[in-house]
Amino acid sequence: MSPPTSPYPNSWKKPHFIKNPLLRWGLILGTAIYVALALGTMEVNWIRVWEGLPRGQRLLAAFFPPNFSDTRGVIIDGILESIWMAIIATIGGIVLSVPVGLGAARNLSPRWVYLFCRFIVASSRTFPEIIVAIFAVKFFGFGPFAGFIALSIGTVGFFAKLLAEDIEAMNKTQAEAVRSTGSSWFQWINYAIQPQVMPRMIGLSLYRLDINFRESAVVGIVGAGGIGAHLITSISRYEYDTTAAILLVIIAIVISLEYTSGYLRKWVQ
Amino acid sequence: MPKIDTADGPVWKRRQTPKQLMIWFGWLIAVAIAAYAWHLISEKTVWFFVWDAPRQMLDISTRMVPPAWSYMDVLWKPVWDTINIATIGSMIAMAIAIPVAFAAAHNTTPHRLVRAGALFIIVSTRSINSLVWALLLVVVVGPGVLAGTLAIGIRSIGGCAKLLYEGIEEINQTQVEAIEATGASPAQKMIYGVLPQVLPTFAGVGVFRWDVNVRGSTILGIVGAGGIGVQLNASINTLAWTQVSMILLVILGAVILSEWISAKVRHAII
Repeated sequence: MSPPTSPYPNSWKKPHFIKNPLLRWGLILGTAIYVALALGTMEVNWIRVWEGLPRGQRLLAAFFPPNFSDTRGVIIDGILESIWMAIIATIGGIVLSVPVGLGAARNLSPRWVYLFCRFIVASSRTFPEIIVAIFAVKFFGFGPFAGFIALSIGTVGFFAKLLAEDIEAMNKTQAEAVRSTGSSWFQWINYAIQPQVMPRMIGLSLYRLDINFRESAVVGIVGAGGIGAHLITSISRYEYDTTAAILLVIIAIVISLEYTSGYLRKWVQ
Repeated sequence: MPKIDTADGPVWKRRQTPKQLMIWFGWLIAVAIAAYAWHLISEKTVWFFVWDAPRQMLDISTRMVPPAWSYMDVLWKPVWDTINIATIGSMIAMAIAIPVAFAAAHNTTPHRLVRAGALFIIVSTRSINSLVWALLLVVVVGPGVLAGTLAIGIRSIGGCAKLLYEGIEEINQTQVEAIEATGASPAQKMIYGVLPQVLPTFAGVGVFRWDVNVRGSTILGIVGAGGIGVQLNASINTLAWTQVSMILLVILGAVILSEWISAKVRHAII
């Protein structure tokens, strides 16, 4: 007795993630060629790497135990400087980004204001904070003021963009209702738009504070104040136990900030 | 909206008085913190340099034009290196982040202890900036592209794995149950139930991280970890401002291009 031949297939294969086989194989081949090219042109001094491995071991060994003694009092000073820099940069950046964000919202502003504010947002977003910090140090001199400027510029790009997007996505009927009562422009912003965007903006400002602290820990590498300067000093003085202590403190603050900001954001929304 | 009865009739206010006071108090604290922070920062500032800044800006920006177009011949290789640091770094990161993410997600983790370990990896790699990783790795493997690639890779493990495991936790569990009901083994459940749901997320996260990393890899050269930052640092130190402006233009181009590519790809996937 032969088995009944079914018109339906009795085996099944999972469909591929990229359905077009030409595109799929093209992507795989292209990636393979690219990786080969990239690795082929990467100049790596393997002798130096080989010599470096015991050095890495020594570095890791020197990390334990971390040296929190902080004899010159620089760690606590640098950390506090980073924290205050992050706070004031967040506040300054947000104060600056409110008008920019209002201007960059298409449904609020005339076209030329919109374009101008979008230009500000785009130009402050393009360069990494460190590059901005290098120039801030050139212009304003060494110290936390340069870091404050660099982080504030970064905050404007981030915050104004999200504020503008949030305003563009707001509920129009509420804005119309307030407008129809004969409100002035400022009343309109205050009563119709601000309450709609406020909860998200508080959350975002806490998130940005978090980002700014992370960045404030490294702008010191280019001389813009904060803990970064002491970090790079401790590495170049081979005081890896101090390096470990600084890194652990940074990690601890970042984690606690992340949890606090996450908790506060849940509480606000 | 509370109503207050006065002699002249009811007056409407936006908030109850205690709530209004609370809000005012919050503002007071915020202003106090800002003032204190500003005080500390301004104590450490040499104001002479700050007042001098506009003149400096004008001076440097006139020195920056025109960009040294011919310097581009030197820059092709660093640009290629920068892109490679970002791409290979992202690939390394994704290769490590995917298993870490499966270990960290509630619904796929083999054990609670494994989950704690995976979360520790995510948090510790994420909290340290790639520039700091680069500083440490330059000590170990020597200055150059390898240190930069590894730094970007390590920093991105946490960055990717966090987004990945959140994506894994959001999957539709009924599909996995349906696969399980056919008598599938755990591996089959993973391949046919979980993976098809999360693949688009994975691709999106990878491309997003690549975009972030292109930006990040432009600065690694400042600590000697390869890429265009090496040239940037050298040109700034030698006050070759026309070269600096050329490099900034190139970085601008790379950032815009990577943002455009990542937006296109993510649009195509999601």
